[in-house]
Amino acid sequence: MAKVTFNEDRCKGCGLCVTACPKKIVQLSNRMNSKGYHPAEITNQEACIGCASCAIMCPDTVITVQMK
Amino acid sequence: MDFKKTKGLTDAPLHYCPGCTHGIIHRLVAESLEELGVLDRTVGVASVGCSVFTYNYFNCDMVQAAHGRAPAVATGIKRARPDDIVFTYQGDGDLAAIGTAETVHSAARNENITIIFVNNAIYGMTGGQMAPTTLPNQITQTSPYGRDVTVVGYPVKVCEMLSQVDGASYVERVAVNNVKNIMKAKKAIKKAFQNQIEGKGFSLIEVLSTCPTNWGKSPADAIKWLDENMATYYPLGVYKDKEATKND
Repeated sequence: MAKVTFNEDRCKGCGLCVTACPKKIVQLSNRMNSKGYHPAEITNQEACIGCASCAIMCPDTVITVQMK
Repeated sequence: MDFKKTKGLTDAPLHYCPGCTHGIIHRLVAESLEELGVLDRTVGVASVGCSVFTYNYFNCDMVQAAHGRAPAVATGIKRARPDDIVFTYQGDGDLAAIGTAETVHSAARNENITIIFVNNAIYGMTGGQMAPTTLPNQITQTSPYGRDVTVVGYPVKVCEMLSQVDGASYVERVAVNNVKNIMKAKKAIKKAFQNQIEGKGFSLIEVLSTCPTNWGKSPADAIKWLDENMATYYPLGVYKDKEATKND
């Protein structure tokens, strides 16, 4: 199983990870981070296949993927 | 797969706009240098434009060159310190406009350096003016009715031009608009650095990139626009590889 973590305060809410996720389980959250952006979050950790597409697409290296 | 931030990048937050693909290209360069084990003997040359602050982001020695002169500065560093790995990181306003002469002549001399050329078809830092690489009919701040090729001429195709220069060793165009293309871009960039380590000479990787802010598009629309417009005018692929054609 894969664990995806977002370094939320570095996220600029561009949403490129949302377009890259083949499982459609990444979305922009409703809350705001310290920069005033809506950071990306994962909606269903169980469904993640650990492909790291979101991390590869992220311009700000916000995302870390760990296989367990 | 496991994925964590490369040691080739510092912890400084990137100043680029949300969705700007500069960050992806930074990561690919940094990962390549880390994987090749040359970070501690690499000197990067920053250019003028949005990428002017790259010296804050790459975890290696950096120099900042005058507008367009990065290949000339890199030539000097490489010749003085031949064991160092020297690369330039330049945008299209820097490399394809004011720096055309330096680029063409460093290729003609087959300088053993690596050039990362980021083409986003616009001047980003100065507010979205028409660049040498702006597509025909593309709307910018200084071409509000679209680029009129009868008045300002046609875009400069850097890879096609350099493929005709005898000195150039390796010239490839890649894009960073989806995961598949990013993987290919990584491979090309790593090969360009590998070439330099092996002393094969001048390598240039042109990376098609987005500028969501100045294109007036969302980041998601910008990567789509790149695919539909830029990638058709600037076809992806290897334009020159001396090593591959040597045995033909």
